[in-house]
Amino acid sequence: MKAPVEYLLHLADNAVVLGQRDAEWCGHGPILEEDLALANVSLDLIGQARLLYQLAAARLGGDATEDKLAYFRDDTEFRNYTLLELPNHGPLVGYAASDRDYATTIVRNFLYSALMVLVWDALEKSADADLAAIAAKSLKEARYHLHHAADWVVKFGDGTEESHARAQAALDHLLPYTEEFWTPSAAEDTAVAAGATVDIRTLRAAWDALVADTLAQATLKRPEVRGYVPEGKHGRHSEHLSYLLAEMQGLARTHPNGIW
Amino acid sequence: MSSHVDKVWATLEHLTDPEIPVVTLRELGILRDVRETADGLEVVITPTYSGCPAMGQIEDDVRASLEQAGIAARVITQLAPAWTTDWMSEEAKEKLRKYGIAPPHQTPKDVSVVKFMRRAPEVVACPQCGSTHTVVTSQFGSTACKALYKCLDCQEPFDYFKPY
Repeated sequence: MKAPVEYLLHLADNAVVLGQRDAEWCGHGPILEEDLALANVSLDLIGQARLLYQLAAARLGGDATEDKLAYFRDDTEFRNYTLLELPNHGPLVGYAASDRDYATTIVRNFLYSALMVLVWDALEKSADADLAAIAAKSLKEARYHLHHAADWVVKFGDGTEESHARAQAALDHLLPYTEEFWTPSAAEDTAVAAGATVDIRTLRAAWDALVADTLAQATLKRPEVRGYVPEGKHGRHSEHLSYLLAEMQGLARTHPNGIW
Repeated sequence: MSSHVDKVWATLEHLTDPEIPVVTLRELGILRDVRETADGLEVVITPTYSGCPAMGQIEDDVRASLEQAGIAARVITQLAPAWTTDWMSEEAKEKLRKYGIAPPHQTPKDVSVVKFMRRAPEVVACPQCGSTHTVVTSQFGSTACKALYKCLDCQEPFDYFKPY
């Protein structure tokens, strides 16, 4: 059975929002190789988002298009994890001027791609054939994203005092946001009932193992997490998403239907 | 196979990848099928990486070639089965090597998601001197489909077309 459009949008919004954050490094990478790597990861993510938005638009019918879904929905309509919209630096308000912190970017990419290799792997067997086709492609890409991010988590964690401290601070800052992964939304429940996806909670043990393995190599300590569980996938976001969308959607909204 | 279908294959045979102009779309496995349906001819292509910016160009190239040859055919993009570097012909791999890109190894078959990370880095032979004394410098090269390597014998940096 087909996955609900809300669920497709959740997957697509995740990919486009992180793609946008990773693309902020384009031309600003700490070294040339990483500048290229992040741009390529971003390109993969935006490509995945496009496939998902195209599928969602086809199912919505009417005048829905991938561009309308990406550029003309407001922040409260986005269904991405809060984790992915956070800026590429530590806990500061959205408009704070701050140097970007590469450890924050890498740790986030690591936590997310460790989840997505598991999600895409499960979705490859989805009863929704269109979604399964997108998953089969995305899995191949997510594996390289995980490989890349995990390598750097180890280099940072097991590196110098400074790189270790920054990687640990990024982990302490970001890990609490991953709690959102494990509380299914109504859209996820509907998708599970349709056989279009698996209950995300069944992936938790494998995710924990992936994370533990890399953190051990990186000599990083997994912080204890409790308290507030973010609700980005329900459309309740941090202020950061609004700034991100203002930049991402500004051009398309200023020149609707513009072609260049 | 009908002569119409043959003609389409022949027409598209010269089309190469916009970023790797030594290999053809057929050799790369991007050009999947040409078939005759009740509604006319169909050309089936499949994208490589989801975000590959060359795909738009490839589709345009296919359409333009068909139009130039006066062939009316629809171009269809099909996602499943997902493109894999295993579809690359041996001929294409040899062309890549001569062009200075180490061709992709076979994709690992029985690797579970979790085990994937613990895999030892791949030993890739330098396309210039053949030495396997090489080291990865970055998981991503000039495009998402390639990694950057360096040969420790001849000292040449080179691209490795990653298994996908």
